[in-house]
Amino acid sequence: MKAVEYVEKIKSGELSAVETTKAVIKEIKKLNDYNYFNTISESLALELAERADKNPKGRLAGLPVSLKDDLCIKGVETTCSSNILKGYKPTFNASVVEKLINEGAVIIGKTNQDTFGFGSFNVNTDYKIPKNPLDTTRVTGGSSGGAAGFTALTKFPHVAIGESTGGSIAAPCSFCGVTGMTPTYGLVSRYGLIDYANSLDKIGPIAKNVEDLELVLDVIKGNDKKDSTSLNEDLKNDNKVKKIGLIKETLNVDPKIKDLVLKKLNETGIKYDIVSLPTITKSSLSSYYIIAMAEASTNLAKYCGMRYGQEEKVNLPFNEYFSNIRTKNFNKEIKRRIILGTFTRMAGYRDAFYLKAMKVRTLVIEEYKKTFKKYDLLVSPTMPIIAPKFSEVNKLKPKDHYMMDIMTVGPNLAGIPHISLNAGTYNKMPVGIMFMGDYLNEKKLFNIGNGLQDN
Amino acid sequence: MKIDRNILQGVASNARLRLSKKEEDELLPQLNEILEIFSELDKVKTDKVEPSFQPLKAKNVFREDKTEKCNEDMLSNTKNKEDRYFRGPKAI
Repeated sequence: MKAVEYVEKIKSGELSAVETTKAVIKEIKKLNDYNYFNTISESLALELAERADKNPKGRLAGLPVSLKDDLCIKGVETTCSSNILKGYKPTFNASVVEKLINEGAVIIGKTNQDTFGFGSFNVNTDYKIPKNPLDTTRVTGGSSGGAAGFTALTKFPHVAIGESTGGSIAAPCSFCGVTGMTPTYGLVSRYGLIDYANSLDKIGPIAKNVEDLELVLDVIKGNDKKDSTSLNEDLKNDNKVKKIGLIKETLNVDPKIKDLVLKKLNETGIKYDIVSLPTITKSSLSSYYIIAMAEASTNLAKYCGMRYGQEEKVNLPFNEYFSNIRTKNFNKEIKRRIILGTFTRMAGYRDAFYLKAMKVRTLVIEEYKKTFKKYDLLVSPTMPIIAPKFSEVNKLKPKDHYMMDIMTVGPNLAGIPHISLNAGTYNKMPVGIMFMGDYLNEKKLFNIGNGLQDN
Repeated sequence: MKIDRNILQGVASNARLRLSKKEEDELLPQLNEILEIFSELDKVKTDKVEPSFQPLKAKNVFREDKTEKCNEDMLSNTKNKEDRYFRGPKAI
């Protein structure tokens, strides 16, 4: 049942939010071995469900919503799947959480992710690794892996709130066969989101169908005085898609994936050209990783064993104390990214890496801008592969992990909206197709998504 | 541009991380492989290009310089506190 239909039934009294919530929580516990949830917020969920039954006015009245574990909920453990934040209970709600609750949503818990968003497969978590809903020997994709996995398996109406820095909504959607919207940078307030990289982080919904994405994005978007980078503009109303550009360089993938993407694209019945985007496809990955790691290394400086998170008795000199806590509680991938990020910002290297990456981002943005003058949307596969097996991922070097983001880093670096939809299956595993639009053109993406879904 | 053991130790110390010899041995080739990929940006001409620190042009947003009520609960996530203050390690 779609969220819209479910909310109508809550409003009419045909369904009870409390009963649904109890059933969803039972289901989460039953699916425990998939490792999708870090925390179930049972008492909060039941309280919100009772409230929704008593006063079902909100646009999301009684709708079960899960949150990626990098979003703060007052009083509910929030860890970003990292040991360093184990036990941390925020004293405030993220703006997204406030908006969801104000519209009657029932917050059911926090979903598993790569620690601080550092990963494409969700194998980098300090919790148990989530498993693909269609084949438990395979990954969910990351970093919003728990969100996409649970969305695929749940039998109940549900929307997950994910977050993308370089592809963390699109990638797990592609691997789990669900749909996700990464909105324009700044459309959704980041207040209460635990930062990975401030100039790249975007909060967005993951669902089984496009209407649910549309409904929830409409609730969570909007300017917020608590986030100075949140936009003061609304979505553009024009949703007509007349011409699409298929990105040439992204077709160099497994022919089966290419065929499925082309088949799905042809279903739109919309005219398309093959376009070459050399700067975006060649240089986005390096530019993205340099910026993401540089920003992450400064953001993670705050985890030092003071004020919140892991701590010890403060009886050592401060540098020794901070180093102890960080060395003990950061995993390998976090350390790798902090070191690279610190290095690329250091005197002597800053211009060659960090500043250069920022300049390349300008070229990437300009290339998109130029292309969107001719095309309403761009399209590519979401991921170059289907969900790999854990045994395959274990053999990859760190650089090979980063290369997996080759399709998704471009739109994320430029902050343009993109939607990942299921294009079909290959070897019984889902393949994603990703449409990208110019800034604030989410309605064109919803329009194309709705059309394809109806097919 | 390569990271050698000396640089790695300096960077780790700046980032308040301690690495074992084994960790250094593992990290060095990995970091250099990644930096080699990053160095591909050298080929991109950016002489007259301005950097984009944000994807969309950001404007400075000021708020009124008024104090607001402090969230007293913020001390609730630590044992290291005294009265209404956080307690930290000795700086000197």
